[in-house]
Amino acid sequence: MKIKILVVTIFYLIGSLNLSYAANSEKVDQISKNLRCLICQGQSVYDSQSDFALSMKILIQNKIDEGQNDEQIYDFLKSKYGEWIVYDPEINKNTVLLWVLPLILFVFGGILILRKVSIK
Amino acid sequence: MLNQIGNYSLYIALVSSILIIIQSPILLNRNNINVSGRIFSLISIQSLMIIISFIALIITFIISDFSNETVYNNSHTSKPLFYKISGTWGNHEGSLLLWLLVLSIFLLIFTITSKNLSNKYRILTLFFQEIIILGFLLFILFTSNPFMSLFPIPNEGTGLNPILQDPALAIHPPILYLGYVGTSIIFSSSLAALISGSVNKTWAKHIKNWVLVSWIFLSIGILLGSIWAYYELGWGGFWFWDPVENVSLMPWFCLTALFHTILILEKREMFHSWVVILSITTFSLSMSGTFLVRSGILNSIHTFANDPSRGVFILCFLFILITLSIFIYFFYQNKIKNNFTKTYIVSKETAVLVNNLFMMFFLSVVLIGTIYPIFLEVVNNDKISVGPPFYHKLIVPFLIPFLIFMAIGPNFNWIKDKINKINLQQLLFFILSIIISFIFLKRVGISYLFSLPLFIASIFLFLITIKDFSVKKTNLSQKISHFGFSLFILSVLVNGVLAKEYSSNMKVGDERQFLNKTIKFESLKVNESKNYQSLEANFKISDKNNSINLKPEVRVYDQPQTITSEADIKSTLYSDNFLVFNILKNDGFYNVRYQIKPFMIWIWISIILISFGGILSIVKKNG
Amino acid sequence: MVRNIKLIAIVFLVIVSFLILLIGLNKTNNYSPNLNSSNIDFNFKAKFLYSNEETTLYELINDKDFSLINIWASWCLPCRDEHPYLLNLNSLGKLNIIGINYKDSEVNAKKFIKELGNPYSKIVVDPSGVNSIELGAYGVPETILINNNSKTILKKYIGPLDDKKLAELKMIIKNEN
Repeated sequence: MKIKILVVTIFYLIGSLNLSYAANSEKVDQISKNLRCLICQGQSVYDSQSDFALSMKILIQNKIDEGQNDEQIYDFLKSKYGEWIVYDPEINKNTVLLWVLPLILFVFGGILILRKVSIK
Repeated sequence: MLNQIGNYSLYIALVSSILIIIQSPILLNRNNINVSGRIFSLISIQSLMIIISFIALIITFIISDFSNETVYNNSHTSKPLFYKISGTWGNHEGSLLLWLLVLSIFLLIFTITSKNLSNKYRILTLFFQEIIILGFLLFILFTSNPFMSLFPIPNEGTGLNPILQDPALAIHPPILYLGYVGTSIIFSSSLAALISGSVNKTWAKHIKNWVLVSWIFLSIGILLGSIWAYYELGWGGFWFWDPVENVSLMPWFCLTALFHTILILEKREMFHSWVVILSITTFSLSMSGTFLVRSGILNSIHTFANDPSRGVFILCFLFILITLSIFIYFFYQNKIKNNFTKTYIVSKETAVLVNNLFMMFFLSVVLIGTIYPIFLEVVNNDKISVGPPFYHKLIVPFLIPFLIFMAIGPNFNWIKDKINKINLQQLLFFILSIIISFIFLKRVGISYLFSLPLFIASIFLFLITIKDFSVKKTNLSQKISHFGFSLFILSVLVNGVLAKEYSSNMKVGDERQFLNKTIKFESLKVNESKNYQSLEANFKISDKNNSINLKPEVRVYDQPQTITSEADIKSTLYSDNFLVFNILKNDGFYNVRYQIKPFMIWIWISIILISFGGILSIVKKNG
Repeated sequence: MVRNIKLIAIVFLVIVSFLILLIGLNKTNNYSPNLNSSNIDFNFKAKFLYSNEETTLYELINDKDFSLINIWASWCLPCRDEHPYLLNLNSLGKLNIIGINYKDSEVNAKKFIKELGNPYSKIVVDPSGVNSIELGAYGVPETILINNNSKTILKKYIGPLDDKKLAELKMIIKNEN
């Protein structure tokens, strides 16, 4: 009885029905780790337990069952929610600096060191 | 009453700070004046006042004095005493007061322990440190005063976020701050040394301890944060590349580079400017971290409640400090001794430079990854997320050469070593690592073969660091830290490859098969605790030989009313068993997630080893 | 000379970063996606709340000039608050208001409507929340205004409707006519 009361309290607090928990396949885990949850914006869909994230996982599973590959699923979600939803920004004119700047700095630092070093 | 005490002491501290800043330039021009006179008493008064205000705040928390706004917002009478105390720094205002406390105590320790150094250098360090203290005092008093009074006095507080009611998280901030604030001393003293023209061996020897101390606290602070994230936040992850985590990692990279380089300055009188640049950068990164976390400019799981005016204040303060140090650096640059000689390619000096190169690269990846989205949004109005895949893609390829280099580098001699240093023994170890990695990954599954080079590099480093314990040339603390690091990388890799996860919807009495184990949902009960109720499940995980019981909980805290899911984790030397459950509506069914995380405990142990190496090196030198 | 150039370059960099961060501070950091009008999937399939038949978005939005898709749930408190606004909009008679019942139980949903009135011309259910994601939504409540002829999104609101949003919606409809 006590258990039931507590369960009901918890439900009241969560405020929604979690019909949607499911045993996710490994593939869903893998994809959802790369997606950002939009409700709890610091977490991945994989880590989050919000309604949004739970639905998202079902959606991903459905898409996998339909035979879509990772790329198609990411593209579908990007078309709905924008670049923001993926943790792995693709290289385009906006993000080229993000990817290349650290590499430039590495090369630059390497050159500085080479100038300080002699082989004799 | 306590509010007034706290407030007044802070104002007295503010006055002393101003007095010191005014007096130090005057004292600078007089020779033979001992710092331990007037200034020393001012510093003592200041520290004392800040200690008093901090204690006053702790007491208001302990007695739950809700006439204090901070207490009202962050505490509750039903909270256990321990969390009442840790609640003092579990909020924005209190944590800043803690920053300030550490700042002033560190300054006091610096003043006492630097007696045999030149007066000019000491006064200048005090001067810069006081500017930082003044900044913080103003910030606290005018934007985030922890001693605001409330009237009428509420009967009850609103409580501390239950997620923060945790032992690891209670001590995590103080430890981390000790690390951050330690870097402020490095910053002030490097500027002072620069101006007084004493960037040399003696200074290096003196400041090295501060570098080590900051580095040790920062390492342990990061460790505690990760442990907390592991059992509280996610599904068995311990590092999410979240901005707040990145922010603590950035000064760590910088400090690591700094204490390798400072050794060269101490032993060989080289790289003077680079040491100064690193010192300035380290503190700037610590401060930027505070800015990024406190201003709410970033999106993170654990940002504090925020207010843009605070962000503007820290940003301006940060800007002033950085600009000031840049000008000082360029102005006094020619005071630095410039006995520039090229270093030989196979030498300890070069090895340290290469270490620095990698540290700076990792730093730049994390820094750029963290702030790029902010810049992009402002410039272009486009929003992107930078997460784990980005960091992995950029860091992992560089980790491979870094690990191999870390294996070879430390054995180089000073000045000049034989070019054929890469000898037969190392070659044998390398071949051995290839064989081990190949066999291991073959058994785990062919899909992991792409990580072969990474495994080879880390096993190679692991073997070499073990072998190095038999070599007399290098010191023990370094061996321990390097061994700890190789163990760390190896545990993370093995953990990543071998972790297994299972999730299912179960009700009491259900049994599920997973790998060679049986998961049985045995029972469910309700527990009453002081400030929460919990639903505790009992699961039995058994295989052929033995069985363990895991008891995860779902807690309902009453103040504020919040639900948390407490995973139950059983650690052994080989692996962690990690289980969480959640409630489903489908009557009587619960969602159960079970993970096996191999070598998890070694990740923590290895970080402790890394830090222990640092501790040993301080103790040895002073003992 | 070289030193001065270096100094100027670094100071310049610091100032630029400072300004950018200062502007960044005033930007909201909670993300909401741009309304991207081409991205509605009209093949969206869902079941009606009051019957077991399946329908698509094409069929749902063929009535009147504008459709207002409203995502709601009986357990969602803000939905209760915005309900009068929906009733008000319905009374205009220009809108085809479609309700998407998000992660709800049938009984509670029907009770909610019975209690507060029905502004919707049709209600479909979304028990798993997947349909809402296909619409590019976050959760509840959320409201999307669609031009039925051009099949484009005119406006999207995340969170409950209020006086300001109501006025804005009416304005948009008026201007589009």
